[in-house]
Amino acid sequence: MTVAFSGEGIASQIEENFPRSVVESSPKSIVVNKESLFAVASYLKTTPGLDFCYLTAITAVDYCDYFEVVYHLTSLQHNHSLVVKTRCYGRDSPSLPSVVSLWRGADFQEREIYDLMGISFDGHPNMKRIFLWEGFQGHPLRKDYL
Amino acid sequence: MEVGEVYSSRQLDAAEGEQIESLKARSQQPIPDPDEWLEEEVKRNILLTSVDAMLNWSRRSSLWPVVCFPACCAFEFITTAASRFDISRFGMEIIRASPRQADLMITAGTLTWKMAPQVRRIYDQMAEPKWVIAMGACAISGGIFASSYSVVTGYNRIIPVDVYVPGCPPRPEALLYGIRMLHYKIAKMSIAKERR
Repeated sequence: MTVAFSGEGIASQIEENFPRSVVESSPKSIVVNKESLFAVASYLKTTPGLDFCYLTAITAVDYCDYFEVVYHLTSLQHNHSLVVKTRCYGRDSPSLPSVVSLWRGADFQEREIYDLMGISFDGHPNMKRIFLWEGFQGHPLRKDYL
Repeated sequence: MEVGEVYSSRQLDAAEGEQIESLKARSQQPIPDPDEWLEEEVKRNILLTSVDAMLNWSRRSSLWPVVCFPACCAFEFITTAASRFDISRFGMEIIRASPRQADLMITAGTLTWKMAPQVRRIYDQMAEPKWVIAMGACAISGGIFASSYSVVTGYNRIIPVDVYVPGCPPRPEALLYGIRMLHYKIAKMSIAKERR
């Protein structure tokens, strides 16, 4: 089985390298702020011993007050995993940094989140709808849709 | 190759969006009959009873279905086509991947608006005379997905349908019964007025 990293354990390590980047940490996950998301993601991918070379999934949750985007990271080399979350406030045009340049697998998933939740990812090479067509009004997985 | 080159162009997406929107707009009106220009008198005065009987017999005895199986009803269709239920009894065992060689569309599955232009295109490419069997609840009315933002509420919003086979999914017996119903319908056709 893949060993799931404790969020609290890794939070101190991240906090050392990126001060004030961790918003919250629990045994299951860490929440980092939007500004340091890309730097933290890149650190998690490239640091020897962590080597999160594989992005299992990205998903987004609408909590009405904010959107939470969840990154499931896995290291195939060390067989361990970690859940990183980030929060994104504002419903008009929420945006987050894209991680496509780190993990190419994020391409379609970020587009899916954009399509259904309306969060746009800055730096994505092809930020447009994926399941619905151009001209569709609204983002249907939002809690306030319809 | 540049990274950008693997993506579809914005113009293509915009064109697709327009096509879907126009299909959506048209879906509220009845589908026009292409043979309306045939005058009532012509229809009544041409009598080709024996020719009709022969033609209709040959047409209904070798219906060739086209591949249009977007969802789970396809499995019931596969069962119908396989040895136990065996639609080759009706001369239907050749399921064509090309719409140009087919004259029957069995619409086995949920249709989304994103997919609708493709289904319309397959139908348009089929050679006349052609028939459509709407198989399953989704094909008839959208089924359990009818209230969704992305699902077409029945194939008859897009293309004219001849026979409706209810069920979720319909059993192979039900589909075979639907095919028999289509046979009866074809038997009543006349070449003076091809379409329903």
